[in-house]
Amino acid sequence: MNEAAVTSGRPPSPGAPAPASGSRPAATLSPMPLVEMRDIFVSFGGVHAVDGVTVDLYPGEVVGLVGGNGAGKSTLIRALSGAHPADSGEILIDGKPVTIANPRDAKAYGIETIYQTLALADNIDAAGNVFLGRELRTRIGSLNDAAMESATRKVMGRLNPRFKNFKTSVKSLSGGQRQSVAIARAVHFNARILIMDEPTAALGPAETTQVRELVGQLKSEGIGIFLISHDIHDVFDLADRIAVMLQGKLVGTVNKRDVTKDEVLAMIIMGKQPEEVSQRELAELHS
Amino acid sequence: MTEANDAQAATREPPNRSLRSLLFAMELDTRLLGMLVALAVIWVTFHLWSGGNFITARNLWNLSVQSASIAIMATGMVLIIVSRNIDLSVGAVLAFVGYTMAMVQAEWIPKTLGLGFDQPYTWLVALAVGVVLGAAIGGLQGVLVAYGGVPSFIVTLGGLLVWRGLIFRYQQGQTVAPLDGIFQLLGGGPKGALGADFSWLVGAVACAGILYTLWASRRRRRRYDFPVRPMWAEVLIGAAVVVVVLGAVWVANSYPWPPALAQAYAEQNGIPWPPGGLIIPTGIAFPVMIMLGVALVVTYLATRRRFGRYVYAIGGNPEAAELGGVNVRRTITLTFVLMGVLCAIAGAVQTARLNAAVTNLGVQNELDVISAAVIGGTSFAGGIGTIPGAILGAVVMQSLRSGMLLLNVDSPTQDIVVGMVLVAAVGFDAYLRRRAA
Repeated sequence: MNEAAVTSGRPPSPGAPAPASGSRPAATLSPMPLVEMRDIFVSFGGVHAVDGVTVDLYPGEVVGLVGGNGAGKSTLIRALSGAHPADSGEILIDGKPVTIANPRDAKAYGIETIYQTLALADNIDAAGNVFLGRELRTRIGSLNDAAMESATRKVMGRLNPRFKNFKTSVKSLSGGQRQSVAIARAVHFNARILIMDEPTAALGPAETTQVRELVGQLKSEGIGIFLISHDIHDVFDLADRIAVMLQGKLVGTVNKRDVTKDEVLAMIIMGKQPEEVSQRELAELHS
Repeated sequence: MTEANDAQAATREPPNRSLRSLLFAMELDTRLLGMLVALAVIWVTFHLWSGGNFITARNLWNLSVQSASIAIMATGMVLIIVSRNIDLSVGAVLAFVGYTMAMVQAEWIPKTLGLGFDQPYTWLVALAVGVVLGAAIGGLQGVLVAYGGVPSFIVTLGGLLVWRGLIFRYQQGQTVAPLDGIFQLLGGGPKGALGADFSWLVGAVACAGILYTLWASRRRRRRYDFPVRPMWAEVLIGAAVVVVVLGAVWVANSYPWPPALAQAYAEQNGIPWPPGGLIIPTGIAFPVMIMLGVALVVTYLATRRRFGRYVYAIGGNPEAAELGGVNVRRTITLTFVLMGVLCAIAGAVQTARLNAAVTNLGVQNELDVISAAVIGGTSFAGGIGTIPGAILGAVVMQSLRSGMLLLNVDSPTQDIVVGMVLVAAVGFDAYLRRRAA
């Protein structure tokens, strides 16, 4: 991503007039969303886990995806990462409709995912996990472990300079180190679209700060990030826009600068738009 | 973190601290080393108990041949168990494929096609038919497991009954014999061995290969600026390997042909009978060479190829492998195809050794093969297991049986001891792992 693309892809500045619905960055600044998910449906045995949701993501933008347990955030995002394809709906990358049937398809479009479970093979070392499914090979097709370890050392030097355990299986690593491995896997392959599912859930304060800095850095590189979190403070700090889900449906997408935390909380809990909610209801949220 | 520090310390400081740091600096697999020690204890115990009859060239040579067919299959079983499956059908597949190979050389080529016995190509055709059939059977079972969603325990339990039952469709279960003359050599015996010169050559090549691998890996790590073992450790490992390899060749060469066979050979070739008898060294047996070849290939597949990496990843975390873009079903199917091929090779060795195919070929082999893999450190939880470990496991199992045979222990008692050792070994291993974790 070059600088020009980054600036043009930025969501509206505070001075710009807020869009009518509050759900879209100003069209003049962002000609083309990186990702559009339109009218996505996913159901599990008659239960609509995701019920006609439409979200989009622009380059260099962080969209926070919030909602209570079972709101459908992870399911929505698994449709994009290929872990569980949508039953119906459309996914557009750079304006072109695409089919994402499995994780390999998603990776081919530059979509990388950091799963809440981290999705690490515990018995394999860091380099093996970073390159899992995309191993570097020598001319005769053998694994090029030295090259993979070298590349992993490089990307780790950027993410977590104190990381030294390249020879041991990731089982023996601390929570933060394991998280570093999962993040390294996502950022090493020049992702354009990054999905982070609860990236700080298992981390201590220092490591959380590290992840936050990383999000800022990746954003400035023009990567679009979907950030799933149930920590509303996290989302308010990191996201440009916030999409709220409740019971599989999209309550709305708001520009962070146009709303207060309480208003977002009201969306999460009551499913009410900021303009619908009364002061009395907002006060009740805290009681 | 502490481990990394230890490694650096060991690289810098002189090598005379404790045994533990010494082993650590050499980066040896301590499990494997432990198994070698256990094996040594078993050998010495039997040796003393049997009044010096166990550690003899003759007994060790026989032990190597007896272990070979189980070891061949155990290498494949490691990958099956590592990827969280099981194959109970190996003994039956071995029997069915072995029987088919016997039919090819004793019935179909000479009688059905009327081409006659002992054609120069017979052994090769029989072996090729066996390998293809083994791959097909493994592939069928693998597809049922990976794509059909039937648990491998069930698929191969069914296979155990089906494949052995099918043998009786050939000739109502009659013994098929004799086999092709060249094919018989696959089973070992004085003639099915390399002889002294080739054995030394194989030993020398093996040493050179291992030393080159050590050197190449060190050079590669240097090039990438990774930490390397201290030089003294490299030299020690290299020297130990050379001693063990050449020692094994020496033992194999110290086992002479039986006098009667040597006498016949002398008469045939017009060699005068020397006063002390004619000593013809047997050398490394062909089944052992086959086993070593299989071990090399499977180890390469398991550790240096994407296939192996995926097998271990699936065993460690199937969901992670899937999300990483690994084709899990294809990989699982391939592990069963490999297992089928190895059953065919082991079947060739066993039928060749008997010079016949009988219906109880490979009975209970599944238990020996699974035991060998498990004693060798393969974990049923998935993701953990090594091929050298499984081969050592096979040798341990066979050493127990052979040692008890030497002491005239009856067969049921042998089973009791082997069963207890299996459980004890795995229990001890679980205890060590819990302590290490």
